[in-house]
Amino acid sequence: MSAVKPGYVRPVDFNNGRVDMSHGAGGRAMAQLIDALFVDAFDNEWLRQMNDQASFAVPGGRMVMSTDSHVVSPLFFPGGDIGSLAVHGTVNDVAMAGARPLYLAAGFILEEGFPLAELKRIVESMAGAAQEAGVCVVTGDTKVVERGKGDGVFITTTGVGVVPPGVDISGDRARPGDRVIVSGTMGDHGVAIMSFRENLSFGTTIRSDTAALHGLVADMVQAVPGIHCLRDPTRGGLATTLNEFARQSGVGFRLMESAIPVRPQVSAACELLGLDPLYVANEGKLVAVCAPQDAEPLVAVMRAHPLGRDAVQIGEVIADAHHFVQMQTAFGGARLVDWLSGEQLPRIC
Amino acid sequence: MKHVDEYRDPGLALLLADKLARAAHAQRQYRLMEFCGGHTHAIARYGITDLLPANVNMIHGPGCPVCVLPIGRIDNAIELALRQPLTLCTYADTLRVPASNQLSLMQAKARGADVRMVYSMADALRLAQENPARETVFFAIGFETTTPSTALAIRAADSLQMANFSVFCNHVLTPPAMAGILGSPQARESDTAPIDGIVGPGHVSCVIGSRPYEFVSEKYRRPVVIAGFEPLDLMQAVLMLVNQLNEGRREVENEYTRAVTRGGNVRAQELVAEVFELRPSFEWRGLGEIPHSAHKLKPKYERFDAEARYGIAYRQAPENKACACGAILRGTKKPSECKVFGTVCTPENPLGACMVSSEGACAAHYSYGRFRESATAGAAA
Repeated sequence: MSAVKPGYVRPVDFNNGRVDMSHGAGGRAMAQLIDALFVDAFDNEWLRQMNDQASFAVPGGRMVMSTDSHVVSPLFFPGGDIGSLAVHGTVNDVAMAGARPLYLAAGFILEEGFPLAELKRIVESMAGAAQEAGVCVVTGDTKVVERGKGDGVFITTTGVGVVPPGVDISGDRARPGDRVIVSGTMGDHGVAIMSFRENLSFGTTIRSDTAALHGLVADMVQAVPGIHCLRDPTRGGLATTLNEFARQSGVGFRLMESAIPVRPQVSAACELLGLDPLYVANEGKLVAVCAPQDAEPLVAVMRAHPLGRDAVQIGEVIADAHHFVQMQTAFGGARLVDWLSGEQLPRIC
Repeated sequence: MKHVDEYRDPGLALLLADKLARAAHAQRQYRLMEFCGGHTHAIARYGITDLLPANVNMIHGPGCPVCVLPIGRIDNAIELALRQPLTLCTYADTLRVPASNQLSLMQAKARGADVRMVYSMADALRLAQENPARETVFFAIGFETTTPSTALAIRAADSLQMANFSVFCNHVLTPPAMAGILGSPQARESDTAPIDGIVGPGHVSCVIGSRPYEFVSEKYRRPVVIAGFEPLDLMQAVLMLVNQLNEGRREVENEYTRAVTRGGNVRAQELVAEVFELRPSFEWRGLGEIPHSAHKLKPKYERFDAEARYGIAYRQAPENKACACGAILRGTKKPSECKVFGTVCTPENPLGACMVSSEGACAAHYSYGRFRESATAGAAA
C-alpha cells in the first residue's frame, strides 16, 4: 500500500521550478499550470467553465476590439512589468475609442527554462492590473517554445469594450482650429525601460507611467462627448501619434514646445542618450484633439482625475496639405516634428 | 534642466538675434560653414536659422563621421563580417549606411553576419573578453573625439594580452578636412564653396584644442570661432564671426571657453600619439583623397590592426550617380538642391550617407526643416 494520499498530485513548484516543454504540450502538466496559475490568478466565472472560448452577453451599441503583443525587455522595470503592461496596453487601446473595456483574452508564449516564480509574479501582476481596471481575463492560451527561441515571456492580449451612445472618436476627425491636449508628462515609460537596459544602466528615479486610462477617458467623454481624437502615445511617442492623426485627418499641427510637459529627469536622460522625449514611449498618457471651445472644460475634467493631473494644451490643428507637424521651439525657432525614422539611436559623437 | 536650460534661454536668444540683426551689414552676405554635424543638427533642431538675419547663411560642413566614410571602407567591413567567422562591432548609425551591391551592415547582419551595435568602445572590448574563443573586430569611425577611446581600448587589449580583439581603424582628422574644403591645392576652385568664416567644432576641439585651427586664419585668411552645441553657443559664435568679418579680422576665437582651451586635452593627445600614426593619405567621401587626414595603428600595435590581420585591401567604390552627397559635404549644394532629396532618398531608405546619420545635413534638413520649402512653394503657387 502506498503511503501517499489518494488523488494527490504534486503541486507545481513555483519556488524553484522552470517552464518545460510539457507545460505547452496539452497534457496534464499544462492543465495543472493553467489551473494552479492562470485560473487561480484571473479567477472569474468564464475562465472557471474551462472551455476553449468564453461566451458572454453583449450589451447593445457599438463594440470595439483591439489586440496588442508585448515583448518588453527587461520584463520587470521600475513602475511595472510585462504583466501589468499587457493589461494596460490593451485596455488603453480599447478606451481610446471612448469605450468601456469589458473583457480580455491573453496569449502567453513562454520560453523553456523560464523560472515559474517569475511567471507567477507576472501573472499575478496582470491579474492585479485587470482587477484594478475592472476587466476580466476570460480566455487564454499558453505555448512553450524551446530555449533560445523566445525571450522569457511574450504576452498578447485582446480586449473588447462598448462605446457609449453619442461618442464618435477617431483619428480622422481632427479639423483645423482644433486644440491638442496631453494628459501629462511625456517619455516616462521609455526612459524607465532604457535605464534598465543592458549596456545603458544609469541611475534614475524615473518610473514607468504604465496605467489603465479608461477611467480618465470615461470622465472626459462624459464631460465632452464630442471629443474628436484620442490616442495613447506609446511606441514612437507623441510625435508619432500626431503624425498619425495628421495623415488620417489630412491636416497639420502646430505645437508649442514650451507647453509640452517633460520631467526634468526624463529631459536629462534623453539629453545624455541623444534622444528626443517627443519620440519616447508612454504607457499611461493620452493625447486628445477637440474643438477649441471644448479645450478648457476638457483640461479641467482631466486635471480632476489622478491620471490627468498635469493635463495641458500643447498646440492646435492647422490646415496643411503636406500634413506636417510643426513646432515652435522653446528657443524661439520653428522645426518639423517628423515621423520617427528607424529606431531612436544615440548620436555617435 | 540645470546647466542646460541656461544655454537655451529664449529671452537671451532674442537679445542675441537683435544684436546680430544690428551687426550684420545689409549690403553684404555672410556665408558661414558650421563644420560639425552636431552643430548642423542643433541648428535644425532649435530652428536657429529663423533667428538669423536673412543675409547670414549657414552652410553645412562635412563633420559627420558616418557621412565622410567612403563606401569602399563600408564594403571592406561588410566583406569582413560576411566572410570571416567573427563579431563586428560598430556604432549605430554606421549600420545603416548604404554600400555597394545594395548592401549595408544591417543587411549583412540579416544575411547572417554577426554585426553588433555598441554604445561605446568599452562594450566591444567586453564582448571580446567574454568570448575569448571568438574574434571581435571593432569598426572604428569618428573624428578626434572618439579616437582617444579607441586608443584606450587598444592599450587595454595590449595589457590584457588579448588575442581575439582588433580594430578596423577609420579615425579621421578635422584640420586637414577644413583645409580641403577651403581649397587645398588638390581641389579645383569651382569645387569649393565660397565660405567667409567657419564655426569650429566643439567636442573635437576639447581634445585637440584651438591651436590646430590657427593655420586657417593664417593660410586661408578665414575667421574661425569654436562653438559649443547649445543654441545660444551657436548664435554667439555666429555673432563673433560677423563681428570679425565686419572688422576685417581673421582670428581663431573660442566661444566654447567652458570646455575648450588652446592646448586641448594633452593626455588624450599623448594617448592618441602613442597608439596611432598618420596615414599618408585617406579618401573622404565628397572630398576625395586628403593627405595626412586619418589615423592608422602604429607598427607596435599591429597585432590589433584588423587591416593587417585580415589583409583588408581598400578599393574605391563608385558613388550613386543621382546622389549629391559629395557636393553637399563640400558645401557647394544644399540638401534641397539634390534631385533625390526626400523622394528616392529618405531617412527610411537613404541613398547617400548624408541622409543616414542624424548629424548628416540631409537627415537634419529632412527631419526638422523641410516644411520651409513647402511653405515657400505654397506661397509661390
